[in-house]
Amino acid sequence: MEFSSRRRRFLTNPQTELYGHPLQFYGQPPLENIALAEFEAFAVDRLKLLKTVENVGVSYLKASEQYSEKLRSESKALNFPHRPGGDDRKPQAGLSENDKRRKDHISHFILRLAYCQTEDLRRWFIQQEVDLFRYRFNALDSEQKLEVLHRNNLQYDTINVEEKIVLKDELVNSSYTVSGITVEHQDFYKVPFQDALDLVRARKVYLKAGYVYIPHKDIVTIVLNDFRTRLSKSLALTARSLPAVHSDERLQPLLNHLSHAYVGQDYSIQKNVGKIALDQIDALSGKSFPLCMRQLHQSLRENHHLRHGGRMQYGLFLKGIGLSLEQALQFWRSEFIRGKVDADKFDKAYAYSVRHMFGKEGKRTDYTPYSCMKVILSNPPSQGDHHGCPFRHSDPELLKQKLQSYKVSASGIGQILELVKGMHFQLACQKYFELTHNIEDANFSLNHPNQYFIESQKASGGGREMKREADTAQRSQENSATGGSAAPREPEADGPQGVGEMTEDLDSYFQDA
Amino acid sequence: MSSQSYDAACLPDLLPLYYRRLFPFSQYYRWLNYGGVQKNYFQNREFSFTLKDDIYVRYQSFSTQTELEKEMQKMNPYKIDIGAIYSHRPSQHNTVKSGTFQALEKELVFDIDMTDYDDVRSCCSAADICCKCWTLMTVAIRILDRALRGDFGFQQLLWVYSGRRGVHCWVCDEGARKLPSAARSAVAEYLSLVKGGDETLKKVVLTDPIHPFIRESLVLVEQYFPRYALLEQDILGRKESVDKVLSLMPEDVRKQLQQDFQNEKKPETRWKLVKDQAVRKQATSKKGHHFEKEIMLQYCYPRLDVNVSKGVNHLLKSPFSVHPKTGRISVPMDLNELETFDPFAVPTISQICEELDRPRSGEEDGKSEDAKEKENEKEAAERRKIRDYKRTSLGKYVKYFDQFLDEMAQSWKGELLKKSDLQKDF
Repeated sequence: MEFSSRRRRFLTNPQTELYGHPLQFYGQPPLENIALAEFEAFAVDRLKLLKTVENVGVSYLKASEQYSEKLRSESKALNFPHRPGGDDRKPQAGLSENDKRRKDHISHFILRLAYCQTEDLRRWFIQQEVDLFRYRFNALDSEQKLEVLHRNNLQYDTINVEEKIVLKDELVNSSYTVSGITVEHQDFYKVPFQDALDLVRARKVYLKAGYVYIPHKDIVTIVLNDFRTRLSKSLALTARSLPAVHSDERLQPLLNHLSHAYVGQDYSIQKNVGKIALDQIDALSGKSFPLCMRQLHQSLRENHHLRHGGRMQYGLFLKGIGLSLEQALQFWRSEFIRGKVDADKFDKAYAYSVRHMFGKEGKRTDYTPYSCMKVILSNPPSQGDHHGCPFRHSDPELLKQKLQSYKVSASGIGQILELVKGMHFQLACQKYFELTHNIEDANFSLNHPNQYFIESQKASGGGREMKREADTAQRSQENSATGGSAAPREPEADGPQGVGEMTEDLDSYFQDA
Repeated sequence: MSSQSYDAACLPDLLPLYYRRLFPFSQYYRWLNYGGVQKNYFQNREFSFTLKDDIYVRYQSFSTQTELEKEMQKMNPYKIDIGAIYSHRPSQHNTVKSGTFQALEKELVFDIDMTDYDDVRSCCSAADICCKCWTLMTVAIRILDRALRGDFGFQQLLWVYSGRRGVHCWVCDEGARKLPSAARSAVAEYLSLVKGGDETLKKVVLTDPIHPFIRESLVLVEQYFPRYALLEQDILGRKESVDKVLSLMPEDVRKQLQQDFQNEKKPETRWKLVKDQAVRKQATSKKGHHFEKEIMLQYCYPRLDVNVSKGVNHLLKSPFSVHPKTGRISVPMDLNELETFDPFAVPTISQICEELDRPRSGEEDGKSEDAKEKENEKEAAERRKIRDYKRTSLGKYVKYFDQFLDEMAQSWKGELLKKSDLQKDF
């Protein structure tokens, strides 16, 4: 059994030792007593920070200036550590560096309690914490980085000089960042490929016989994987001790609020079931569907078939706009039997899948329609597929042709393509909305295809009901995150508040439809 | 060889015969038991069966080889899928507390399906295959086999013909079986070069530096490209396909070649012109231009479905399962004979059932143990059963499977020794 002697030392030493390093691995939970007010305040602040992490992650490239700057200013505003060089001198105002690190430590562990409960919550939490960790690690100097490696027992072998000479060409050709000089002067670590999945996945490293060869300067990926794995395991453990935590009445409401916020408006609660007639769908697809769904609908009509990815994305969207299970079955069936599928085969193979979407089969999960983030980031389409986000996944040339065929103006197309080039896919879709509805400013931040539909109906005079739904969607959309939406707008900075006000604020902050 | 043609309507009669006398149960069990190194490995494995009338049953599991045989002979599945090894016996999963029934391990698998190449083959489409486009499978196997062994260090690879239009690869190394889902998807993505759906014209984009993996793959592709693409698929002959190829190049090159092609009609020469353009472009331009490589890869490089590989609990068609539409047996492929592998020569179930009644000359292994063994009824039946498949065209595939298992057994022996050492039984 391996002992991390350094961590042991942290436990027995005074607090200043505990927070001696700017970057924490959150190996040990805090052991002190924490005031309830602090408990809540810390948790909410970290939540805001993680939400910012999520937002900037979608809006900017992760290593870019804007990304780092936004995160730095947000960390500073929320009183989290924002500079690795921070020392412990008493500042004029605000918290000392030590206090900030303490807040960082405590808030992390509180959010673990809130986010360990389901697969989706865990996945979201881990993703943001890893991104935050990556940002902070990259801000360290090389000496501090080395220290992080050693403190965490990442013992990998380096290759000797002879091997380096033999492998030199391969090493240089495997990575954009490795030159002949790098090979000569830096240590290369031989790491089992399972510990460097991100590098393997992107083919950014030399891989031989199951080992990747990583120059010292790229070791961050290893550290990240280690962090991610440990966090994942810890969350699983935390989930098991949750019943004990929930029995504390003071904590339960807060934790529920914290995690519940991320369920938010997910369009799974069907408000308008049955209000859409099947024969309206063709017209609606041109008028009120976002481009991705319009494309899927068109492919379905043309080919009388959609593959699994397309069925899921489009089927769940239709559920979200109000199709009932019976309508959905009729819709898919009538289209499929125009193609190669006979009625019998449909009932055997595809009907199950439709019912599954509505939570009537298997483990009866009522699946939620995909958010833009999910469509953009997961399950990219391949040959024969029509799902995904056209702004993300289509060839710019083909996208242009498609927009032309939909009678979008040339200047409008130009604007859209610019946004696509800058990787602002949701903004591109928003622009598409503005152009097709002939309005100057969409007045909402797009992050869900169903939101697009509702806003479109509203813009075309869909009535007060739609407007109300759109407004509540807007508010809780700002607050939601899991597998869900990324509201690009900034969360408001909170001033100092009392506990009572705090909980009230929480309520409105996390209200869902 | 028998020319008994296959008729799916005969399956209800053929399957019982197949499962009673031909299916290689002892080899199958030997495989999935993995030497008994891990407890309950076979017992906790999920199988799924597709029965008559498309009835699909999941979470089948068996305690012993005998139980597996009996159940399969009772149910006569049309299709057999193999799933993961779970934390508990799959057949008892309903009795387990929800959340604790988990898929733990499974072989790392890859599925190459010919329909994924429809945009680059002109001879067939959808479920059809022919000897011309089969080359794509050969190329896929060569490239993936090399990469899985050379780059990832895996050693126990079983390639299986799916029975109709593709191949599967089962990576059986212990390390592979234990890989979590994220690792599987990372491996699959490392191996993926062709990206994009119908909406994407240019599916392969290479940037400098060219990774050694891509370089090695290109070496293999180049061995097949002239015959497969230029000759058989005639991609630079017929106008529509020439246009498609040209659309994958930068505009200035395309214009130049359109002109040149007016005077040059021979595909091989046309390709040489393409390569010359590539060299020229590379020399004169600052950034890397690799369109000739990109074209070769788009037409020939393996296309795999990441979703099949990434799930630990994903069910995949079992070797020696019958393909209900073609009747062909999903046979393991000996890579030493890859170039001569003919999917249309793979035995069908009707063929091998018919062969059962006709003894094949020279196929019997003259085992002298016959004389030594006691002649009691049960043993005689066993021996007859063991020798049955040998009398049919299935025999050579089972023999190859045996060799594969023998190689794997070396590593199990090592593991068992290690374990007993740890437990101090000497």
